[in-house]
Parts: sequence; C-alpha cells; structure tokens
Amino acid sequence: MDAISQDLSPLWISLATSVTATAITMIAGIAAAAWRQRRTGPLSPIVDAIFLLPLVLPPTVVGFALLLLFGRNGPLGKLLLGVGATVVFSWPATVIAAAVVSFPLMYLTSRAALDQVDPHFLQAARTLGVTEWRIFRRVALPLAWPGVLAGTILSFARAMGEFGATLMVAGNIPGRTETIPIAIYFAVEADDLRAALRWSAAELGISFVLLAALYYWTHAAGRGRARWARI
Amino acid sequence: MGANLTVSLEVQIEMRLPDYTLNVAFQAGDAPLSILGPSAAGKTMTLRAIAGLERPSRGRIVLNGRVLFDSDQRIDVPARHRRVAMLFQHYALFPHMTVAANILFGLQDLPPAERLARLERIVSQTHLAGLQNRYPRELSGGEQQRVALARALVTEPEALLLDEPLAALDTHLRAQIEYELLQTFQAYRGATLLVTHNIAEAYRLGENLLVLSKGRIAAFGPKKEVFTRPASLEVARLTGCKNFSRARAIGPHEIEALDWGCRLRTVQELPATAAGGELRVGIRAHHISFVEPEVPDSPTSGGASPPPENTFPAWLVRSSEAPFGVTIYFRLDGAGEGSPEYHLQAEVSQNDWRRLRERPQPWQVSLPADSVFVMGE
Repeated sequence: MDAISQDLSPLWISLATSVTATAITMIAGIAAAAWRQRRTGPLSPIVDAIFLLPLVLPPTVVGFALLLLFGRNGPLGKLLLGVGATVVFSWPATVIAAAVVSFPLMYLTSRAALDQVDPHFLQAARTLGVTEWRIFRRVALPLAWPGVLAGTILSFARAMGEFGATLMVAGNIPGRTETIPIAIYFAVEADDLRAALRWSAAELGISFVLLAALYYWTHAAGRGRARWARI
Repeated sequence: MGANLTVSLEVQIEMRLPDYTLNVAFQAGDAPLSILGPSAAGKTMTLRAIAGLERPSRGRIVLNGRVLFDSDQRIDVPARHRRVAMLFQHYALFPHMTVAANILFGLQDLPPAERLARLERIVSQTHLAGLQNRYPRELSGGEQQRVALARALVTEPEALLLDEPLAALDTHLRAQIEYELLQTFQAYRGATLLVTHNIAEAYRLGENLLVLSKGRIAAFGPKKEVFTRPASLEVARLTGCKNFSRARAIGPHEIEALDWGCRLRTVQELPATAAGGELRVGIRAHHISFVEPEVPDSPTSGGASPPPENTFPAWLVRSSEAPFGVTIYFRLDGAGEGSPEYHLQAEVSQNDWRRLRERPQPWQVSLPADSVFVMGE
C-alpha cells in the first residue's frame, strides 16, 4: 500500500503527456491560426466551430468521439491496426486526448496574437521580395510571440488537468496511462485520502507556477508591444 | 541622367472603393512624380495597387516592359516578384530586428559576401554608419526613415513608391530630410512616385505632378505647367490658389473679372471658344504685390507715364499675421474695414507689411498679367 502511494509514475506520465501534447498542439494550433488568418471563405465559420468544439464539449463526449475514431472498428483505429498499432488504452491515447482538448486554447490565443501584428510590417516585407513562409517565420511569428507563448502555457496547463477524455480513451493503467488527475480520482474511490491530497497539492503547485509564468510573460509582452507601438 | 536606360511605369487602373471609384491612368519615368490630393483622394490606394498590395477591379500596370497586372490577361504578379519597393508613412521597420537585419531582410537569396557588400554600400550611402546594431526604437524619426529607404533601395527595385514620406517627422526635421530625399531621388534610377497632401512638398520633391481628387485625375503634367496654368478651378484650389472670380472674355488678352469688378490683361491667350462663355480667373496670393504710390513730380519720371498694367486701388478689409508673413484681405471697390466679404487675399512679408501699414488707403495693388490665369468652369 505504502509502496504504491509513494509511486511517482503519475507525475512522470502527466509531464510526459503534457509536454508531448503541447508540442503537437503548438504546431497544429499555430498552423491552423496562420491558415485561417490567410484564407477566409464561406466555410470559415464551420471550420472555426470544429476547431473550438473541444473547448465547449464535455470532455467525456470528446473522449467518446476519440474512442469511436481510434477504436478497433473506428476509421483511424483500423488504419493504425494495419501498421500493427493500437492506440486506445495506451500511453499515446493520453497524448491524443490532451492534445485535442488543449488545441482550441492554442488556436484561439495564437490567432488573436497573429491578428494583432500590424499588417504594414507584413506588407513591407512582401515588397522586399520575401517569401510568405519567411515573412511568417521572421516577422509575423516573432511579433506575435508573447501571445503564442501565453497560448502554449495555457495549453500545457489544460493538458496537465485533462481527466474525462483521457479516462474514456486511455483508461486507468497504473504506470502507463495513469496521470495525476486520474490518480486522484481513483485514490478518492479507494478511500486513500492522503494520496489524493498529495496529488492535488502537486496539481495545485504546478498550475500555480504555470499561471505565474503566464502572468509574467503576458505582462512583459504588454510592455514590449507598447515599446514597439511607438515606432 | 540614365543614358540609354529608359524607365517607364504605365498605370491604368480602376478600383471600386467604399466611397468612390478610383480611376487613374498615367505614366512615370525617371523623373520623380508627385501625387497630390486631399485625404481620401485615392493617392495611397494607387501606390498600393502598383506595389501589388491591393488588387484593382480592372486595368493594367506595366513596369519597364514587364506586365505586373492585367485584368484582361488575368495577370497579377505577387508583390514579392514586382521589384517595386514601398516606403510606408510610418516606415514599418521590423521592431525586433536591428538596423542591419532590417536592411538585409530582403537579400536572403544572395550569397553572404554580396549581401554584406550591399549592406556596407547602402549604409554609407544613406549615412547610417554606426547605427547598424541599433533597434528601430532607438533611432530618431529621420534615422528611421533613412533605414526604411536603405531597406527598400538595397533590393535594387525598379520603382520606388513613397507614401507621405515626411508626414511622420517633426517640423524641424522636415527640411533636412526633404533635402536628403531629393539627393536620393537624383541617385536612384527607377520610377519614383511619392504621395503627399502638402502642396509645397509635392512641388519641391517632384518633377511632374499628378493631382487626384475623389479617385479621378484632376491634372497631370510638369509641375510648373500645372501650377502656372491650372486646367480647372479644382486643380487651382488643390494646388493652393485662394483667389478666384467669375470672368468674361473681352479680347484675346483681356478679361473682365466680374466678382472683383476690374479688367485684367492676361499673358495667357484666351481660348476662342471662351468668348461670351462663363470663365474663371485666378491669381495666387503670393503673386500679388503692392506698389509704391506714384510721385507726381518725380524728377526721374519723364512726363506722364501711363498707369501700370493691372494696377488697382485696394482697401484693406482685414489682415492676419503669421510669424514671418502677413495675409492681407482686401477689396477693390472702396468698401474697407468691417466689410463682411473680401475680394482678394495677398501674402506679404512682415517688412512689407510694416511699410504698407503706414501708407494712406487706397493702396495700389498689382495683379501681374503673367500671373493671372484663366480657366474654364
């Protein structure tokens, strides 16, 4: 009993899951934001709605949808089975759940940050004969960076706290898919209040540090923008 | 200048905008072209269309034989392939890059040695030595503009477009920066277009002048021609003329100014079709002068000389003093101070004003025949 409660694996699993999911979310979120900023068409509202659904749906619904997609008979599940991989109830499933649930935060914040960049910078760059990719990488992204960073921190915090979708699609396999929130839930179920308290304190500490960092960065970013705005 | 190198930019565009339709057609060569007009006349939009930042509804843009835009042939070369540089009103220097990085930004495809050679050349040419490692926010307005110019010119564009290049600068900097711009224009071989709403700036910086009003071309030609013989009342107004009167032709070189109640000789030959028709006559406030009263028994004057041409008695209505000059509002018909309306306004120096003030009225005002211009409606 004591040996199990001393087990730190939920912490490592949570961190590994959140870092991986945030990396995926960051790339996907920035790419989606840049793509949507450039192209608007009649289907834009629908695309936006799809991107934002994971934010408003109950995580259990997201988890259930992922289960249907990645399950043995799901379209993506079958595809993966073809190359000999099962995702459901394995560590990658925790990553997928966390990434999908945190994606809208990354998308929204980086979209807002990119929209804030003065279009004159981008137009000036265009008249200098530079490719759109280079303009994005060297001008738009650096100028939007404080906002993008804020989105990254928010996504990471959301991934750390992910519970419902993860439980649905990855289950509770100690040492493999048991993240901190899931460990808390099952500790309470098993009446192990000390373990629940310990993991809750860990969540609280990590979230607090993340939010403090977020405040620090957005604050510094605000000052940075004001400096640039005078030019 | 350019010996056998001819620069030509042909623009013919139509563009539907929320408030009006921009419809312009003109050519520009090596000689700088000033585009003058009130705000929302379509000046900046014209530049943006040439640079490829806006797409006209219809038209054609050709730079040195290269078609940049042609609505019929469905050609729309993207901005980055147009070789047209644009200087924005607030310069749009990349705030997170040093001066050197800003200048080098458009040169990524060149080999490093060539890049550095060009950087060095442009830095000395635009007097930016020593500032390469500064950030834009650490530069003065004039330095920022030089960096923006360097960044544009280093890519060796075939056309240089400047949007209100002096508007963002403090007044005391403008004369110096204007002089630097003129030198840049002289050294630069390519089409140069600059947009301004400042009449004096347009005149000093451009060789040719394009006057825009509500999306249409009101006048286009060598600046002296546009200023001395405005084609219409609108152009006269937009180029800063303040004095107008309805008029009627009397002879090929004589006109009656109906609002001013006087007859004027003109150097300009009046159009034959104008006989009897409604005309407008105008004269710029700076061209009006006040002459010394005739001294009847002057020993030098050989008898009774005829009264000088286009000279009339004038009565002061009011005056308005600026630091270095005075605007005098006057009438030609005997009604003086306190009249609600004035006929003409003249600009004189403080010195002239001090002397003029001492003289008894009426004063003698001269409207030189070569400064009087006549326009159709």
